[in-house]
Amino acid sequence: MSVNTLNGNGNKRIARQTRRRHRPERWLVFVALVIICTGFALPFIWMISTSLKTLDKTMSMPPQLLPSPAIPGNYLTVLNHPKLNFPLLTRNTLIVAVLSVVGTTLSSALVAYGFARIRFKGNSALFGLMLATMMIPFPVIMVPLFAVFRFIGEHAAMPLLGTLTPLWLPAFFGSAFNIFLLRQFFMTLPLELSEAAQIDGCSEIGIFWRIIIPLARPALSVVALFTFMGAWNDFLGPLVYIQDPSQYTLALGLQTFQSQHGGTEWNLLMAASVLVIIPVIILFFLAQKTFIQGIATTGMK
Amino acid sequence: MSPLERRRLGSGLVFISPWLIGFTVFLLIPVCLSFYYSFCDYSLLQTPAFIGLDNYRELLGDPVFWQSLRNTGVYASLALPAGMLVSLGLALLLNQKVVGQSIFRTLIFLPSLVPTVASAMLWLWLFNAKLGLINTLLDMPPFAATIQGINVALGAVHLPQIQTPISWLTDPAWALPALAFMSLWGVGQTVVIYLAGLQDVPGELIESAELDGANAWQRLWNVTLPMLSPVIFFNMIMAIIGALQEFSIPYIMTGGGPARATYFFTMYLYDNAFTYLKMGYASAMAWIQLLIVLLLTGLSFWLSKRWVHYQSK
Repeated sequence: MSVNTLNGNGNKRIARQTRRRHRPERWLVFVALVIICTGFALPFIWMISTSLKTLDKTMSMPPQLLPSPAIPGNYLTVLNHPKLNFPLLTRNTLIVAVLSVVGTTLSSALVAYGFARIRFKGNSALFGLMLATMMIPFPVIMVPLFAVFRFIGEHAAMPLLGTLTPLWLPAFFGSAFNIFLLRQFFMTLPLELSEAAQIDGCSEIGIFWRIIIPLARPALSVVALFTFMGAWNDFLGPLVYIQDPSQYTLALGLQTFQSQHGGTEWNLLMAASVLVIIPVIILFFLAQKTFIQGIATTGMK
Repeated sequence: MSPLERRRLGSGLVFISPWLIGFTVFLLIPVCLSFYYSFCDYSLLQTPAFIGLDNYRELLGDPVFWQSLRNTGVYASLALPAGMLVSLGLALLLNQKVVGQSIFRTLIFLPSLVPTVASAMLWLWLFNAKLGLINTLLDMPPFAATIQGINVALGAVHLPQIQTPISWLTDPAWALPALAFMSLWGVGQTVVIYLAGLQDVPGELIESAELDGANAWQRLWNVTLPMLSPVIFFNMIMAIIGALQEFSIPYIMTGGGPARATYFFTMYLYDNAFTYLKMGYASAMAWIQLLIVLLLTGLSFWLSKRWVHYQSK
């Protein structure tokens, strides 16, 4: 197919015509999206619907989409369930999540500043090494890390295994991916800012704390958000390091509840799952922009 | 080294010291220990005893090791291409300016935020053979007719037919495909990465292709996809590494069953380490996993030279 045009005006006219011809496709796209999005939303709807049913109704055939009677009390039952101990699980998860967020954000920012703003010998070599470490999967170091924590625990006179500490302690030593993310951001800030502050007698740590950190708030919130999500989500970490049920996190507690009950009380299980998901959804709607920007930068390497 | 250089080195090292310490204690030492353990008989209870290559030799003759590797490979070869097609297709659809675009985007993205354990609970319920929503839907006329059609086609080429209701997680033939299907629900983050990549495709390029008479398919194949190839490449590597580490979902949903049909590499590693306390054996597996990751990443980088197009070059 070829388009013959004599001048620019003709070009534009043809372009407009082609665009008009695309209108019906738009409707096709719309219909396709409605169908696909219904499919993506259906599991959520089903989960909420089940969480409001009586145990009998979860087993009725054919299943009802709208629960009748609707039992919001299922949520109270779950919150007060002795086998689940929701308040304790939430507390443990929050301890790990908050400490991880504080530790990762602070330490990663410090290290990223060193890599981005200080031209010292070996900077790029060490940075390259750090990037390479991102390739190492957690299962590879899972076993020896266990031994390292046991060793530290035995020699520091405070046991680490069987406490929540192994889950948040490494966060205070920076995480490669977040250091990378923050370094890229710090590099975009004009060097003149640091130079002017240096002339005014500001120290390196002063520049970091008073100039760079306030400017880096968007990038720091991306790091904080994703660290929180990671901690809230983590299952393998708690599974390896936590033995005592009094230290279970939500992820571990929910899984234990399911495996002990053989997955029969689906209404309660779904209510508990909804409760675990809700904070994440709220966080998403509060920080939607940060989320999308954060993920988008992930792919920008 | 001049005084300025020395001062810079000093403050540089101070700033990166958290990472230097963390790298040494939580990565370098564990990696070296893991390498050493992989040549040892080590049960965590006594000191490691050096046994040379025995762990690796035993692994090569261990049918469970091979099965876990094969399961992981089969899962990856199902979930990866499917995930790639679905996420790319969704990104292209969501990139069109249609009414309700932001609602559609949110609906596709939200499932990827659901914590792994909650998602496992939900899909256990959806996949439930007797009461699950999926089998209920498959009983409905349009889907039932489709399955019947597929069965006629399968019968024509003398293949076993689909028996309904499908025991998604308890039938060894269906368990891995079921988990791969479930993984499609979480493509939201990949879609967002593709959408960001699509913003970087210059509009002029597409318009000029349009003026040259390229149809929608040609524009996609010859302009958009080549421009998007670095992002596709990045997502592919992340997906491969992710599949090799798959653990939580099968651990929670099937425990590796039925008949080890969903027993993944990382699950066998975990069981060796923390169930059978064979830390040396597990470490040998860890090193094999690391080598596979490095090999696959290297291979994808090498292949990428043939099809990834970087805009700056």
